[in-house]
Amino acid sequence: MNWDWTVIGQNLPKLMDGALLTLELVFFSGLIGVLLALPLALLRVSQTPWVRVFPYAYIFFFRGTPLLIQIFLVYYGASQFEWIKESALWPILREPYWCAVITFGLHTAAYIAELLRGAIQSIPRGEIEAAKVVGMNYPLMLRRIILPRAFGIMMPSYGNEVILMLKGSALASTITLLDLTGMARTIIARTYTPMEIFLSAGVIYLIISALIIGLFRLLERYFNRHQHWPSEKPKNLDPQLIDKS
Amino acid sequence: MNLKHTLASVAIVAATLAAPFTYAADKVRIATEGAYAPFNFIDESGELKGFDVDIAKALCEKMEADCTLVAQDWDGIIPGLMARKYDAIIASMSITPERSRVVDFSDPYYSNSLIFVAPKKSKFNPEKVSGKSIGAQRATIAGQYLEDKLGSKVSVKLYDTQDNAYLDLASGRLDAIVSDQLPAYDWLRSDAGQAFEFKGEKIDIDDKIGIAVRKGDKLRQKMNKALKEILADGTYDRINAKYFPFSIY
Repeated sequence: MNWDWTVIGQNLPKLMDGALLTLELVFFSGLIGVLLALPLALLRVSQTPWVRVFPYAYIFFFRGTPLLIQIFLVYYGASQFEWIKESALWPILREPYWCAVITFGLHTAAYIAELLRGAIQSIPRGEIEAAKVVGMNYPLMLRRIILPRAFGIMMPSYGNEVILMLKGSALASTITLLDLTGMARTIIARTYTPMEIFLSAGVIYLIISALIIGLFRLLERYFNRHQHWPSEKPKNLDPQLIDKS
Repeated sequence: MNLKHTLASVAIVAATLAAPFTYAADKVRIATEGAYAPFNFIDESGELKGFDVDIAKALCEKMEADCTLVAQDWDGIIPGLMARKYDAIIASMSITPERSRVVDFSDPYYSNSLIFVAPKKSKFNPEKVSGKSIGAQRATIAGQYLEDKLGSKVSVKLYDTQDNAYLDLASGRLDAIVSDQLPAYDWLRSDAGQAFEFKGEKIDIDDKIGIAVRKGDKLRQKMNKALKEILADGTYDRINAKYFPFSIY
C-alpha cells in the first residue's frame, strides 16, 4: 500500500469547504430541531390524551424510519408531484441544501422532543409543587422552572443527539451536496486514494465531534450551575429566602 | 482411528488447502455495478443482466473459468478491486490515464461518447450553458467532463447513480445531464424517457471501455485472448444485436 501524503495536502482546502457545509447543516438542522421539539414535547406531556396523539405519531414516524429514506422521500419523492412543483414551496424544495436542512431538522426534532419529554417528566415533583405554592401560573412556571430544569437534565443526551446528527449529515452527499463526505467521495473519484482521503475526513469529523462535546460540557455547566457553583447566589432574591447557614 | 482413516483425512485436508493454489486460475470473481442499464442492471428476479454481464459470461466460457458475478456500488468499485474483493471489473469502465495508474485495462470491448440530455420542450443549447444546473454520475467520465470542461460556468450536480440523475432531470432541478450516449439512448426509448431528447451533437472524447484488473495480473492477457475469440466467432455481434441495432465496438 502506497501512502500518499501529497494528495491529502492538495485536497485539504476542499475537505475544509466540505466540513464547513457539514457544520452549517448540523447547526441549522439543530436549530430547527430545538424549535420544533419544544412544542412537540410540551404537547407530548399533556394530560389530555387527544393532544398527545399528534406528537406521538410524529415522533413514531421520524424515529422509526431511516434518515436515508426520509431524505430520499423529501428530495426525490416530493419532486414527483406536479402540485408541489407548482407551489410556492418549490423554490425551497428544489434546492438540495434546504431539503437536507429540513429533513435533518424534522428528524432530529423527533429525538430532541423525546429527550425533552423525558427530562420534563423527571423533574422532581416537589419543585413543580413549590412553584405552584408560590403562585406561579403555567407560562411563568414553564419559563422559570420547567424548561431550565429540563434543559439541564437533558443536556448530556442532547449532546449525544447532536453528534449523531453530525454523522447522519453524511447522507447529504447522496443528494448532490458536497459536505465533508460528499467532497471526500468526489475527490476519491478522481484520485483513487480512499484510505488517505477517508481517513482525513474521519479525522476532521473527530475534531468537530470534540468541539461539540466541549461546547455541551459548557452548556451542561451553565444549565446545572446550581450544582457546579453552589456558592453563586441568585440575583434579586428576597433577602428572607437566602439560606444563611 | 486406523491409519487408513488418518491418511485419508490428511489427504482431504491437504487437498482443501492446496485447492486455492491449484485451481486459483479457474476461479474468477467479476464485479459490475448493476445500475447502468442496458449494460449492467438487476432485473425483477434480482439477477444481474445486461451487455456487460453477457460479455463477462461469454469471456468466462472462452477462458473456461468458473466465474462469480457480484454487484458493487460504482464509486467503491476500484477500491474493491484493489482490496482483492474481486479480480476483474466488467462494468462499462472507461480507460482513463487516472484509472490506468491504479489498475490495468484489457483491450477495449466497446466505445462510448458523451451527450447532453434535456427535456424535449426545453430550449437547452449545449453551446450556451452558463449558469445552468447540469448533472452527471459521480466518478464517471461524464462527471469528470462536466467538472473539467464546464465546472467554472455551470452548477455541477453529481449523483450516486445514473438513475438518480434521471430522476432529478425529470423533477426539473436540472436543466440537462451529461451522460454516456449508449445508456442514455436506451433510457430515451423507455417510458420514463419519453419527454426527453438528445441535445446537440455527441461529444467524441475517444472514450474506450475496458475490463479492469489489478496491476500486473495475468488475468489481463487471458481476458484479451478470450475477447479476440468472441469477436472472431460472432458471439460479440450476437450480444451487441441484443441491445443495440448498430455496432458499438
